Amino acid sequence: MQWASWSDFWAMGGYGLYVWGSYLVTFVAIVLEIILLRHGRKDTLKRLRRMRRWEEQ
Amino acid sequence: MAFNLYYYAAPATFYGLAGRLIPWFAWGAAVLAVIGLYIGFFVAPTDFQQGEAYRVIFIHVPAAWMGMFIYLVMAFWSAIGLAFKTRLSFMMARALAPTGALFTFISLWTGALWGKPMWGAWWVWDARLTSTLILLFLYIGIMALWAAIDDRNRGDKAGALLTLIGAVNVPIIYFSVQWWNTLHQGASIKPSGTSMDEIMLTGMLIMAFAAWFYAIAAALTRVRTLILERERHTDWVKRILEP
Repeated sequence: MQWASWSDFWAMGGYGLYVWGSYLVTFVAIVLEIILLRHGRKDTLKRLRRMRRWEEQ
Repeated sequence: MAFNLYYYAAPATFYGLAGRLIPWFAWGAAVLAVIGLYIGFFVAPTDFQQGEAYRVIFIHVPAAWMGMFIYLVMAFWSAIGLAFKTRLSFMMARALAPTGALFTFISLWTGALWGKPMWGAWWVWDARLTSTLILLFLYIGIMALWAAIDDRNRGDKAGALLTLIGAVNVPIIYFSVQWWNTLHQGASIKPSGTSMDEIMLTGMLIMAFAAWFYAIAAALTRVRTLILERERHTDWVKRILEP
């Protein structure tokens, strides 16, 4: 184990801003893509179903 | 093999196959990321030169690799699509671009946050950083081109052409640290071996596999949506759309 305590862990030897700034933004970006992918699929299904009902009439 | 390839190259069968593969890749990515991060933060020692700042490497290098690799895969599908007019190829290229752009952005972002404490600058206009920025602009430009052309086939071809022209940038990024003087450190892994500590390398490679699995899951999810859209007049999609 590299860390004496949690505050030691979060401090990252004084580089906390840079290390956690990297990890946080990466995490947020990936979560955002996952949300967009889910929405994309749902929206497409909804839109195609609507178009289909339209075409049938 | 050839039989399988043609079988799965049909959008209808590929849609089903992709749907079955996605959970495996998604969960694989999650498990690998947890293991990789555990090694990266709790097993790998402090770097003797860079202290704890080096821990950015566990996302920076995998993200940079994926940004380049996804572009090459896109170029591959673009070439196949232009040469053989296979429907699925262009859809694959379109499905990969946003994830490639995402990883390129992450590599630039983490690079800036790593560069500041190590070089004293968020950004320098050297060959490695500039060519990576060009890669991000290529991704964005290709996606904008697709969005701008209403005719789907023309959009596919124009996008594929731009992708192939832009592919020259990838070897430039990769070899830039050898060809030009730069602040950026050289490749950590070379055919001749590695300069990295073994456990650091292990963590980084596991994170690279996590990124790879994630990219596959994301691209397959996106390609399924594209398939539905483009094949909406076929009977099998109509059956899926039945309430």
